[in-house]
Amino acid sequence: MEWEIVIGLEVHVQLSTQSKLFSGASTRFGAAPNTQACAIDLAMPGTLPVPNEEAFRYAVMFGLAMNAEIGKRSVFERKNYFYPDLPKGYQTTQLAEPIVGAGEIEIHLEDGSSKSVRLHHAHLEEDAGKSLHDAVFSEGHGMSGIDLNRAGTPLIEIVSEPDMRSAAEAVAYLRKIHSIVTYLGISDGDMSQGSMRCDANVSVRLKGEEKLGTRTELKNINSFRFVERAIKVEAQRQIDLIEDGGRVVQETRLYDADKNETRSMRSKEVANDYRYFPCPDLLPVELTDEYVDTIRQQLPELPDAKSTRFASEYGLSAYDADQLTQERAVAEFFEAATQHCGQPKLVANWMMGELAALLNREEIAIAQSPISAEQLAGLIERIVDNTISSKIAKQVFEAMANGEGDADAVIEKRGLKQVSDTGAIEKMVDDVIANSAAQVENYRSADEAKRPKMMGYFVGQIMKASKGQANPQVINKILKEKLDALL
Amino acid sequence: MAVDAQTVHRLAELARIAISDETLEEMSGRLGDVLKLVDQLQTVNTEGVAPMAHPLDASQQLRPDRVTEQDCREAMLALAPQSEDGLYLVPKVID
Repeated sequence: MEWEIVIGLEVHVQLSTQSKLFSGASTRFGAAPNTQACAIDLAMPGTLPVPNEEAFRYAVMFGLAMNAEIGKRSVFERKNYFYPDLPKGYQTTQLAEPIVGAGEIEIHLEDGSSKSVRLHHAHLEEDAGKSLHDAVFSEGHGMSGIDLNRAGTPLIEIVSEPDMRSAAEAVAYLRKIHSIVTYLGISDGDMSQGSMRCDANVSVRLKGEEKLGTRTELKNINSFRFVERAIKVEAQRQIDLIEDGGRVVQETRLYDADKNETRSMRSKEVANDYRYFPCPDLLPVELTDEYVDTIRQQLPELPDAKSTRFASEYGLSAYDADQLTQERAVAEFFEAATQHCGQPKLVANWMMGELAALLNREEIAIAQSPISAEQLAGLIERIVDNTISSKIAKQVFEAMANGEGDADAVIEKRGLKQVSDTGAIEKMVDDVIANSAAQVENYRSADEAKRPKMMGYFVGQIMKASKGQANPQVINKILKEKLDALL
Repeated sequence: MAVDAQTVHRLAELARIAISDETLEEMSGRLGDVLKLVDQLQTVNTEGVAPMAHPLDASQQLRPDRVTEQDCREAMLALAPQSEDGLYLVPKVID
């Protein structure tokens, strides 16, 4: 039997506003607990929420970038449930009339193909606080601690249609969302800090079947890698279950990364009933066409447009252009370096090769790169003007990564300058020839056709003698002259 | 029409309200009265009338994105039954 996996994602993105969605409390990350939770966030009696204009602007930017309808009129509703990190006893969110309606985006897969994923809608809502359960208190009193700093932070929840058919497609979609929100500058998109969180609805059906299978919802998956693994393991669980004659139960499941398995979060409590109703404290928000059009005109260049431009303007391959435009910071680094040295292809190669490896190894983002765009351009300039070979350049790069300064400083300090001085190279060639009587004899007695290949040995010896710094073109020229003179 | 006991218990659970057996009957009747009122409203012909989110014929004012609130942690924590290390303490909750 051939199975098909069907995935829909709900992505929560924290908007990087200064203040909260309904209050003037700060949203800064990492403050001491409860120092950024004001009377409104704490649901004190008599307080009234007033929505943050910037959150609406960000949500509209997102909607436009997703080619979606914009809700010129949107309504906040109350989603009622009890949890200690939700002081009001309800989450203020949107349901029937969200700020962003249906839309569509292209996702790019590793094999170079693309596919369109439909957006069901995206809505504005407030985040909850945090419950701290274990090991935060020295005394074991068995209580939970509540930090409400995050309560009221604006989120957009982005709901896709069930259009993805593999874990890889889900990851590509998530990366696209990440790319768009960071390009727009509406979120830092940092999954490790919870700025971007993902729930996945997963079901399976036999290939060719139209009807969707029963789905399960995987909650709060907090990295791109885990999204892929969680979906794979959950889909396999469902397939095994059905093939063994079982039935999938619609439920919420939690992915356990340590055990690489999903498990049911079903509690004995009755299923939730959120009893949504329009929030009486908030009037409908109405946006004018002019407002939306102004935002449309201010949208920055988005990843797809940038990728197309990189390919045409800099002569990059479609693959390279795509790789370099997924992250705005990477694209900006590329353009800055290219502007300095005028060598787009070399910049692309170094960024996707040495620099990517360095960032990966150090587990840092390009913003924290120890080598700046200008410094990388400086290194490339020294390759282009033959001061150093590509091989030596890798050494210089490592030294720059270790904070030894610009390419010129490293080359100077370590004496790595390529030797093109004919006199010095001639001396090395003479020495090697003098010490390689047998090889010289072989060269002399060999067919003329075989001789060029036999020069490799001598070139290797000379490079070794020069610690890789002799200019290979100059070596070749002098060596050939000297060997041929012996014929 | 009275609301049956099972529904009252379910509503009470959702609202985190304890209901004793003595008050169950009264509650059932009062909720039934509310539903009667709703039934009465249902008889009105609303054909072609747009659903109303709010009785005021106005739209929401938005505020500029500025931090205007000061840290009021100590005052707020003082109102809580229990707190420690700047955190509100509640009975342990685990999903």
